[in-house]
Amino acid sequence: MTMPLAYCRCLLAAIAVLIVVAAAMPAVAQQRNSDGSPDPTASVVNEKTLLQEFPRITGRIDIPDQRAAVLIQPAGRMFQRFHEVFLNWFGVIVLVGMLALLVIAYLVIGPIRMTAGRSGIRILRFTSFERFAHWLNATAFVILALTGLNITFGRFVLMPLIGPDNFGVVSQLAKYVHNFTSFAFVIGLTTIIAMWIRDNVPRRVDIEWIKEGGGFIKSKHPPAGRFNAGEKMVFWLALLAGIAVIASGFLLLFPFYVTNIFGMQIAQGIHAIIALLFIALILAHIYIGTVGMEGAFEAMGQGTVDLNWAKEHHSLWLEQAARAGRKPQAQPSATPAE
Amino acid sequence: MARMKFLCDADRCIDCNACATACKNENEVPWGLNRRRVVTINDGIPGERSVSMACMHCTDAPCAAVCPVKCIFSTEDGVVLHNKDLCIGCGYCFYACPFGAPQYPQTSNFGTRGKMDKCTYCAGGGGPEVPGSIEEYEKYGANRMLEGKLPLCAEMCSTKSLLAGDGEVIGEIYRERVAARGYGSGTWGWSTAYGDGDASAGAVAQSDRDQVRAGE
Repeated sequence: MTMPLAYCRCLLAAIAVLIVVAAAMPAVAQQRNSDGSPDPTASVVNEKTLLQEFPRITGRIDIPDQRAAVLIQPAGRMFQRFHEVFLNWFGVIVLVGMLALLVIAYLVIGPIRMTAGRSGIRILRFTSFERFAHWLNATAFVILALTGLNITFGRFVLMPLIGPDNFGVVSQLAKYVHNFTSFAFVIGLTTIIAMWIRDNVPRRVDIEWIKEGGGFIKSKHPPAGRFNAGEKMVFWLALLAGIAVIASGFLLLFPFYVTNIFGMQIAQGIHAIIALLFIALILAHIYIGTVGMEGAFEAMGQGTVDLNWAKEHHSLWLEQAARAGRKPQAQPSATPAE
Repeated sequence: MARMKFLCDADRCIDCNACATACKNENEVPWGLNRRRVVTINDGIPGERSVSMACMHCTDAPCAAVCPVKCIFSTEDGVVLHNKDLCIGCGYCFYACPFGAPQYPQTSNFGTRGKMDKCTYCAGGGGPEVPGSIEEYEKYGANRMLEGKLPLCAEMCSTKSLLAGDGEVIGEIYRERVAARGYGSGTWGWSTAYGDGDASAGAVAQSDRDQVRAGE
């Protein structure tokens, strides 16, 4: 009875083929209304479903500008909330908070004086090239910070003072200055990193320095190398913040060259947040380098420091400098004592 | 008070781009800028729909909120206009806009952007120029609103897919269409632009939901 068996096999194979074909049939063919008429909207996806799948609805577009292919991106509303609520409050808290901290530090701790007074003997701390690089970076930073703050806070602070028309002119100019000064900042920061990275590598002595309260306790002067742990912290934070603002800044300067709308929103957010933190950090840096510590500004101003200042704040560096043959010089009589 | 809105009925849009062309011609929009465009979803596969999109003239417009020089504002009719004299071309409005409406002419080196340009609802500009003047036309395009006319893109639409006018009126037209033909793929962008709290937007969204339920 081979015939019925072959017949059964054929039948099974036919059924299997039918099942496979039916499964592979496009879903459209089955989408009909209850009365059997075709439903033209059966396979149409609506806006809500598309947005649940992906935060942006993107399609095909006939014009060359492919950015325009993004039909709807509700994330714009998120960007609005970030920009109008979070960023404004964050900026005020970070900047006003840091200024308040510095005022408190000034009132409570006061300027850190040289315990042993001035010796009148000076030693070279920063070469003219080092000072040039520092001030190049510093000038660029201040310009970038002010023009950058204008973009976020100018409309609350400057606009009511000078009126919308003048503010528009000032802001337009500030934008161009901000864009072009960025290059000076990149050069300054790169030079600084190259010059000082070696002296800023964390060492064991830094832990001791922090344990002893660093520069905040007047009576104690823990040993430190060319840069103490506080300065090293500023260096590394400035390096990280600098890389972040430069990278995000160039994305903003060359919009949509390498990223899409989502990337641009993130770049703006990172640029603003890191820049505000960076400004707060530099405010603290300016405080300790000027009114916060007697004799500190001279290092970056004239390049030389008082021997007693060097002994108190950078004892290990002074020893090193002496070994290297850097000779302290008596202060020229023309410079009056403070 | 009329609240001006755009509504694109995606079940009627045939991707002919007449709206985009009419807009460019009526407003003399410079080369490279597109105030209105047509985007096709699911191109070439079942369920394909095209949507004509421009500035939706949002309620609580995100562009106006993030503008660092406050040059964007809403008129009494709910039309979002801007003052090009104040604009600094920072690009923030493009990051905030849910519809990709702001456009920038590239003026010089790098990505430096010129004054932002966008759909004005054919209602002239938001600057100090006299409404309907040649100065206003050269900077912002036509001021049809002043002549009591609607935006040309919607007037030109051959299938009346793109509707412009008072939000309640065009919302009602759309609702009637959905009821009559038995389906509707939604008022694209309305919930994002006008929020679910908006009365006419809410009503239209409700009619869409009803249709979805009826189809199930």
